[in-house]
Amino acid sequence: MFDDFMMRAALAGIGVAIAAAPLGCFVVWRRMAYFGDATAHAAILGVALSLAFSMSIFIGTMAVALLMALTVSVLSGRGYAMDTLLGVLAHSALAFGLVAVSFLSGVRIDLMAYLFGDILAVSRGDLLVIWGGAALVVMLTGWRWSALLTSTLNEDLAYASGIDPKREQLALTFALAITVAVAIKVVGVLLIAAMLIIPAAAARPMSRTPEGMAVAAGIIGMLSAVIGLRAAYIFDTPAGPSIVCVAAIAFLTSSVIGSLISAR
Amino acid sequence: MSLVQIEDLSVRYGARTVLSRVSLSIQSGEIVTIVGPNGSGKTSLLRVIIGAMKPFQGHVKRGSGVTIGYVPQKLHIDETLPITVARFLKLPGGRTATDIDQALTQAGVPDLSKAQLSQLSGGQFQRVLLARALIGKPDLLLLDEATQGLDQRGSASFYQQIDQVRQNTGCAVLMISHELHVVMSASDRVICLNGHVCCEGTPAVVASAPEYRALFGTGTGGALALYRHEHDHGHDHDKHTHNHTEAAE
Repeated sequence: MFDDFMMRAALAGIGVAIAAAPLGCFVVWRRMAYFGDATAHAAILGVALSLAFSMSIFIGTMAVALLMALTVSVLSGRGYAMDTLLGVLAHSALAFGLVAVSFLSGVRIDLMAYLFGDILAVSRGDLLVIWGGAALVVMLTGWRWSALLTSTLNEDLAYASGIDPKREQLALTFALAITVAVAIKVVGVLLIAAMLIIPAAAARPMSRTPEGMAVAAGIIGMLSAVIGLRAAYIFDTPAGPSIVCVAAIAFLTSSVIGSLISAR
Repeated sequence: MSLVQIEDLSVRYGARTVLSRVSLSIQSGEIVTIVGPNGSGKTSLLRVIIGAMKPFQGHVKRGSGVTIGYVPQKLHIDETLPITVARFLKLPGGRTATDIDQALTQAGVPDLSKAQLSQLSGGQFQRVLLARALIGKPDLLLLDEATQGLDQRGSASFYQQIDQVRQNTGCAVLMISHELHVVMSASDRVICLNGHVCCEGTPAVVASAPEYRALFGTGTGGALALYRHEHDHGHDHDKHTHNHTEAAE
């Protein structure tokens, strides 16, 4: 069944949706949307470096994403407003990445594939990386779940319970870097943050518990991947953006239904 | 053995010294209130006790096996995070449904366990936070301006609840409060803090201490008195020589 490129694409999309679901919830709860964006945009620099040094793209993007996330964590709270800082870092990383790619004269690379993803070209090896990464992210967030949730609610309450919120933040940062590296092939640098945030936001109105929201986000993400791919095939549209469009429609539907129910 | 013993504690926030050579101890069962103007290091003191801030100098010793319950200042729960009261109390783990019901009952809100945290009123929320602090059966309860944002009736009934909790469990209470009339009637001991311990003792002793009067005045002259306090720091109960504006360690 791995021979069919559509099947591989669907499995890749589902893998990314699974990794993005629990992480995306934390990104939404902790108001880290821009943070996710900055980390994702830095990944294009990782692509350039990986190609320049002929490393695995997964390792290169993950390293740069991690570096970016750590930089933001360290710089935050040092005088700049967070959104300014992230705006500067995200777009600088993207610009430097694009410039760096142009220096790679010897290698021919399809920049569009990294900016918007190339899910239809996912190989068996890619699938292995995507599912391995997704499993790692799910295990990491699952293992730290209660501690992460407590520190998300309130840092002082976390300290009082013997949890170090800084360590939990680090675990989250690490998971974010893995997810970015895994998702770059599927939706591309520009739309990774969308896969994190939109399914989680769509899950919010129908959830009463944090765990419920993570599961619902996972289901919405997976459905978006499968339906988006199908739509891309039928209408001959780009696959990555189509997946995000379906997720966005899910968000719209769930918000409208949610507000109708609460207005009753 | 005291529950918490603080010795010669100095705390810095960046380059700013917020607490300077503070020593105090809390005995089991007593109610101690910290009063002091804004920025006097009250919250920092509690945060050092729970381990959220590191001392720059000195140390905080916790008696062996002493458990601490902490009620933070008003807490903001993001609307995007769906969580029930029961789930909130269960975090970070190891609490049974019985523990939760018992803590909620002790805090005076037995019926809230299925409610969404983001939909509670201010008074309900503070009681849920109290329940969270009580769930570990603490020997010492730390309250950081727990009644901020509550109206007078709400805050009075909150303090009654605290009193009842203490009578039932015998735990000690260390609290920060702005409400001086409550402080003066309910505390065994009052500590007046302004970067360092200005004065301490029973409410009657503190209320008549010149340092306290200088900080809080006797009625409308409070603001003026505060000004005078900063510039005329002449009391001699502490051995160190420094002034408030540049509290050198």
